[in-house]
Amino acid sequence: MGDLTRKTAVELAELMSSGQAGSAEITQAHLDRIAATDEAVHAFLYVDTDGALAQAKAIDERRAAGEQLGPLAGVPLALKDVLTQKDVPTTAGSKILEGWKPPYDATLVARLKAAGIVILGKTNMDEFAMGSSTENSAYGPTRNPWDLTKIPGGSGGGSSASLAAWQAPLAIGTDTGGSIRQPGAVTGTVGVKPTYGGTSRYGLIALASSLDTPGPCARTVLDAALLHEVIAGHDPLDSTSIDQPVPPVVEAARRGSVEGLRIGVVKELGGEGYQSGVEARFREAVELLTKLGAEVTEVSCPHFQYGLPAYYLILPSEASSNLAKFDAMRFGLRVGDDGELSAEEVMAKTREAGFGAEVKRRIMLGTYALSSGYYDAYYGQAQKVRTLIQRDFEKAYEQVDVLVSPSTPTTAFGIGERIDDPLAMYKNDLCTIPSNLAGNAAASFPCGLADEDGLPVGFHVMAPVMKDERLYAVGAALEAALAEQWGGVLMTKAPELEVAGR
Amino acid sequence: MTAAVVDIDTALEQYDPVMGLEVHVELNTNSKMFCGCPTTFGAEPNTQVCPTCLGLPGSLPVLNAAALESAIRIGLALNCEIAEWCRFARKNYFYPDMPKNYQISQYDEPIAYNGWTEVVVDGETYRIDIERAHMEEDTGKSLHVGGATGRIHGASHSLVDYNRAGIPLIEIVTKPIVVPGDKAAAVAKAYVGMLRDLLRALGVSDVRMEQGSLRCDANLSLKPRGASELGTRTETKNVNSLRSVERAVTYEITRQAAVLSSGGRVTQETRHWHEDTGITTPGRGKEQAEDYRYFPEPDLLPLAPSREWVEELRATLPEPPATRRTRLQAGWGFTDLEMRDVVNAGAQELIEQTVALGTSPAAAKKWWLGELARAANDAGAELDDLGVGPEQVAAVQKLVDDGALNDKLARQVFDGLVNGEGTPEQIISARGLALVSDDTALSEAVDRAIAANPDVVEKIRAGKGAAVGALIGAVMKEFRGQADAARVRELVEDKLSS
Repeated sequence: MGDLTRKTAVELAELMSSGQAGSAEITQAHLDRIAATDEAVHAFLYVDTDGALAQAKAIDERRAAGEQLGPLAGVPLALKDVLTQKDVPTTAGSKILEGWKPPYDATLVARLKAAGIVILGKTNMDEFAMGSSTENSAYGPTRNPWDLTKIPGGSGGGSSASLAAWQAPLAIGTDTGGSIRQPGAVTGTVGVKPTYGGTSRYGLIALASSLDTPGPCARTVLDAALLHEVIAGHDPLDSTSIDQPVPPVVEAARRGSVEGLRIGVVKELGGEGYQSGVEARFREAVELLTKLGAEVTEVSCPHFQYGLPAYYLILPSEASSNLAKFDAMRFGLRVGDDGELSAEEVMAKTREAGFGAEVKRRIMLGTYALSSGYYDAYYGQAQKVRTLIQRDFEKAYEQVDVLVSPSTPTTAFGIGERIDDPLAMYKNDLCTIPSNLAGNAAASFPCGLADEDGLPVGFHVMAPVMKDERLYAVGAALEAALAEQWGGVLMTKAPELEVAGR
Repeated sequence: MTAAVVDIDTALEQYDPVMGLEVHVELNTNSKMFCGCPTTFGAEPNTQVCPTCLGLPGSLPVLNAAALESAIRIGLALNCEIAEWCRFARKNYFYPDMPKNYQISQYDEPIAYNGWTEVVVDGETYRIDIERAHMEEDTGKSLHVGGATGRIHGASHSLVDYNRAGIPLIEIVTKPIVVPGDKAAAVAKAYVGMLRDLLRALGVSDVRMEQGSLRCDANLSLKPRGASELGTRTETKNVNSLRSVERAVTYEITRQAAVLSSGGRVTQETRHWHEDTGITTPGRGKEQAEDYRYFPEPDLLPLAPSREWVEELRATLPEPPATRRTRLQAGWGFTDLEMRDVVNAGAQELIEQTVALGTSPAAAKKWWLGELARAANDAGAELDDLGVGPEQVAAVQKLVDDGALNDKLARQVFDGLVNGEGTPEQIISARGLALVSDDTALSEAVDRAIAANPDVVEKIRAGKGAAVGALIGAVMKEFRGQADAARVRELVEDKLSS
């Protein structure tokens, strides 16, 4: 049977359905792996050992009783700490929520539970999902299992690192400007940002409401698709949720065909500022897809270059308002409540103590951008750019079925390397931001290692709204073709982590 | 500290008031505006809450369709245009009773706008233009503890009840109201009263001012008579009865006039109305206009009510107030003058409801405009707030019609009702007000009266029929007025003719 932590979700599900392994055993193997590796990686903020094992045993009992279970029942998963899980500490990577236990499950969490997926714990992230390296976590950075001196991406670095460290076969991320895809790219894993509204935001601690999209993370395309199918679909508790059937993502991932698919390479996402190894692997992947029958053309999206500035006005504006609720009154941290200070003073002291530097920076930016007299020049203008980017996509999708680019301009950079240079940090998300602004679907798939540093490179695919299945078609085709070259998925090339106490 | 005031006539000789009224209406939907929590008034604090109305991390709003429907119907009833497309907006400010530290409201895209309505004061009709009616969520309710006044100043701590947080509100804003100065206060009162009746007829709100389900903020400024430029305005909050609306407007006219005529400047500020002392005092200082950083609410979709739906809702509207008034007057057979008195007293709805319970229009008017209006006036209250309702008036009149009470006794029953002495039956029994119609008792009393007044009997037998009154009077006196006078007359005539 081999090491249970090296299996895909599909393989684990087969082991369980054929009676070769139980969920309790599988879950325990992953808990052991976390215990052995997480001191080095720090992917988890909270490991719910008892809860996970109880859930696993319940699934085993139901299976033993002959109950028909979902395809991922009993498979363990790592949950980004930005989603509420009833009675389990949820921090969004911030001190201001330290110790808070939500009284309710996010819709997505409820769906995971209903599907019998075992939640191992909550993964580390940049505070309130603000960042591209997980260095902004109030609880210390997560390290990239490929190279512990490198960042695992962000904000969902904990989720991507847990996959790359073989701590979990599945993970949940949330993507506001690339926080699923960029971590996926730099850890050699699969990260999918579904269409905005395709997955529910109810119970997702909001960063930027009009951009936030939860999605699946996995080591294989089919695993991601199966997870996608579990978490997606209309939710009456989220007004922005789309009331349409879930796109046929699993079918597309199983077929993995790009025959006749029209692929557009975005002209503006490449060239200066892009690492040569990243561009090389990207070009090879495009060639592979051409060989597999895709029709590749170059497409221009002239307004993408304004995506980054527009994003950094819209996001802080919404965030400044979304984060106002963290005021010490009803939950979370409370500082200065000595019976003397006023409520306003306690609010101010709590926010001063509870928020990190990047969060404060964005709250200030957003407050400024929404201020009377500046609104039109900043927030209003950014919304216009957003419309122009949406039009770029619409025009492009008249010519092609999907757009592609590198997922990130560079591979994983060193921890501490960009932390003092917000602009350099923000540029990580150059390729991923346009899809968030337009609300369409996008994903990052592993496409090899850069020659110069031996680190993973991500292949970025973008598809129209509610055409998420096209992402999986491209991802699965690429995965299969590359697996032939590599003899397995890219993750099998990852160096072994030094395992403590085993 | 009481501000200097001038008397109202002096004030109006020099200045014309300009008013703007903002009325907040709590809708009577079963659930809150953006979550499924119940809206029952007076529940234990913080028992009608959920992650959404508590603003817990991760929670999201979902619009209550019934609230939207009510908003549109209110807009239509106020002759507004209904937006073909509009959005909610976030109004950002920090306050402990505001769970998210932003209020979901509407900003530059209200659901209803550009309307009008009219009110009648002293038989004169005044048109009020409506700027907008928009939807928003209510805040929680702060209770300041440990101070003398219950206000935040001097309190040791505050408690917050979030049951009210998220209750659907409609804010109805008028355009500037310019009417003859001596009518301003009465027009303001009539407007709020008209809104209350209209909203009740629409069935969209409990419109209980004392419970805060209808709240009025009165903006007022003065300009020198004949001037065109508007003066600096104040916004008076906490005006929680119809009578207060009138008094607060009058007070602000006299206060601002005193400030201006002594060469001072009116400070633009929020003021609080004090029902007990009848004055306004400055609220929190607003040196600078607060910047609420409004932006479109990204958690909710834009609204685009279809024209078909709007027309369907229009068909559900109650009769417009003016049509209704004319119809009621005709049905009741009241003269213009009588109807004017009814409207001025705020008794139209009360009389209508009383008549609906079987009372004649004349009798209903007699009680509401007579005994009860006097009692309201003595108590400094509105007819609505007396604690006497149409059911009770109809019940008392029924007792009169049945001969169990006469008008004189009925007045005493109303006095008991106003004093909260119980039901009409309880009051009649406790005060011993029942008319004696027991024939045996009356017959014996008549016999006694005949025996005691042989001279009167002689006169009657001599053909002086009017002398009967003296015998009836004697019997009535014996029963302290609580005898059925008609029956007594019958008995006297029977006995003397035999």
